[in-house]
Amino acid sequence: MEAIFYIAAIVAVLATVLTVTRLNPVHALLYLTVSLLAVAVVFYTLGAPFMAALEVVIYAGAIMVLFVFVVMLLNLGRHTVDLERSWLSPGAFVGPAILAAILVGEVSYLLARSGTLTPPVAEVGPHQVALALYGPYLLGVELASFLLLGALVGAYHVGSRRAQGRTTVGSRSDRTGLASGGDLVRTGADRPSGAA
Amino acid sequence: MNPVLLKIIVLLGILIVVLTLASGLIWLERRLLALWQDRYGPNRVGPFGLLQVLADMIKIFFKEDWIPPFADKPVFVLAPAIIVITVLLTFAVVPFTPLVQIADTNIALLFFLGMSSLGVYSVVLGGWASNNKYSLLGGMRAASQMLSYEVFMGLAMMGTVMLAGSFSMRAIVEAQRHMWFVVPQFLGFVLFLIAGIAETRRLPFDLPEAESELVAGFHSEYSGMKFGMFFVGEYLGVILISVLLSVLYFGGWQGPFLPPIVWIVLKTLFFICFFILLRAAMPRPRFDQLMSWGWKWMLPLSLLNLAVTGAVVLAMRR
Repeated sequence: MEAIFYIAAIVAVLATVLTVTRLNPVHALLYLTVSLLAVAVVFYTLGAPFMAALEVVIYAGAIMVLFVFVVMLLNLGRHTVDLERSWLSPGAFVGPAILAAILVGEVSYLLARSGTLTPPVAEVGPHQVALALYGPYLLGVELASFLLLGALVGAYHVGSRRAQGRTTVGSRSDRTGLASGGDLVRTGADRPSGAA
Repeated sequence: MNPVLLKIIVLLGILIVVLTLASGLIWLERRLLALWQDRYGPNRVGPFGLLQVLADMIKIFFKEDWIPPFADKPVFVLAPAIIVITVLLTFAVVPFTPLVQIADTNIALLFFLGMSSLGVYSVVLGGWASNNKYSLLGGMRAASQMLSYEVFMGLAMMGTVMLAGSFSMRAIVEAQRHMWFVVPQFLGFVLFLIAGIAETRRLPFDLPEAESELVAGFHSEYSGMKFGMFFVGEYLGVILISVLLSVLYFGGWQGPFLPPIVWIVLKTLFFICFFILLRAAMPRPRFDQLMSWGWKWMLPLSLLNLAVTGAVVLAMRR
């Protein structure tokens, strides 16, 4: 189990480094997905299979797909790659490198002080997670759901106003009979993004 | 027998049977569709046309495997592999019989959900990497359709998890000893079935590859065995959803008289035939209808199912 942990951790670090250095945004997102999957394996080896599954379902499976979706819609081509190349100068890495070095120093100090590695912890199954969430952490769950509801209502508000604006434009062009076909195609292609 | 050896035999057996069945389904689907449309279908190559699949395979292997010069090459090659890998990995947690199961974990259903959401990458990346506007439109449709229908696919399954008290599929099957979950969870079963069809992008939910509007959607630029991978991935998905329907709602391997393996195969074949019948019988909806139907009807219904099931389980336990 320890070897699996170290391999997954190395994969996670490498994938994250590649995420930062890739020039093509979709390739960067793919490496970020690999990094999240590696973190899921790390969770599993640490005795948290439920967290590992959620990491795959929510982060790698839902949030990153939405990222890829948005990047696809932006239709970034060779121009973006050139732009990224001009931005990613070695000088840009100095600040992050210093901060990361401080963190590495802290972690190695802590590891050196504790002497041995942490013993394998007990496995935390879905049952315990649920009992913890709906017991001592109930307030946190409620607050998170408030936040999500607020985001949902806000997204619906913005989306519905924009949809209304579009239908008035479409109906006007239909009345005048100008480019109604092109307009239909455009609204049809836009619709899935609005619904998602 | 050596348990490691037994596990390897089970693993190889499942792999071979599932892959053979997936390619055999091409023949079954064409024959059944033809039957329902008053035609013969492929009946020339071998007995009942069974060797048609073999002939198709040979043809597809000898086709030129072309990558368009404008495509994003590494992602283009990676995309068709993802769907096959994710679906095959999911078979690892499915209990076919008490003996024939690769891994029994207490997060099996979550593992299935995770793998099916990773499968979305395949179509999305395939559509994007082709660098073709029809492929991109197909990829976008696939992403929004699969993401939305996955939400209440998970919610619909939670009814069985509540009744069985575990995410483990084996525990769910064993909890159905006295009554199949299709009886108390009929709404959940219907929701899971619809979401399953949408997840495998089968007709009537095949809008990502609607040939009347988008050429072939996300796989317009694919040829040869890469197209074959998408094809096999789709049939593997059909088998997976059919097995899961029988495991979660129809008692899995349990049944009178016949041995367990026969029961699970019979139940699975029934659902596969149902999938094919749907293709023969249903028209394709418009994309906005599909999305509004999913969010405005299916999601509230699955939440209702969840709340009512939870309340009943709680009341029974008192």
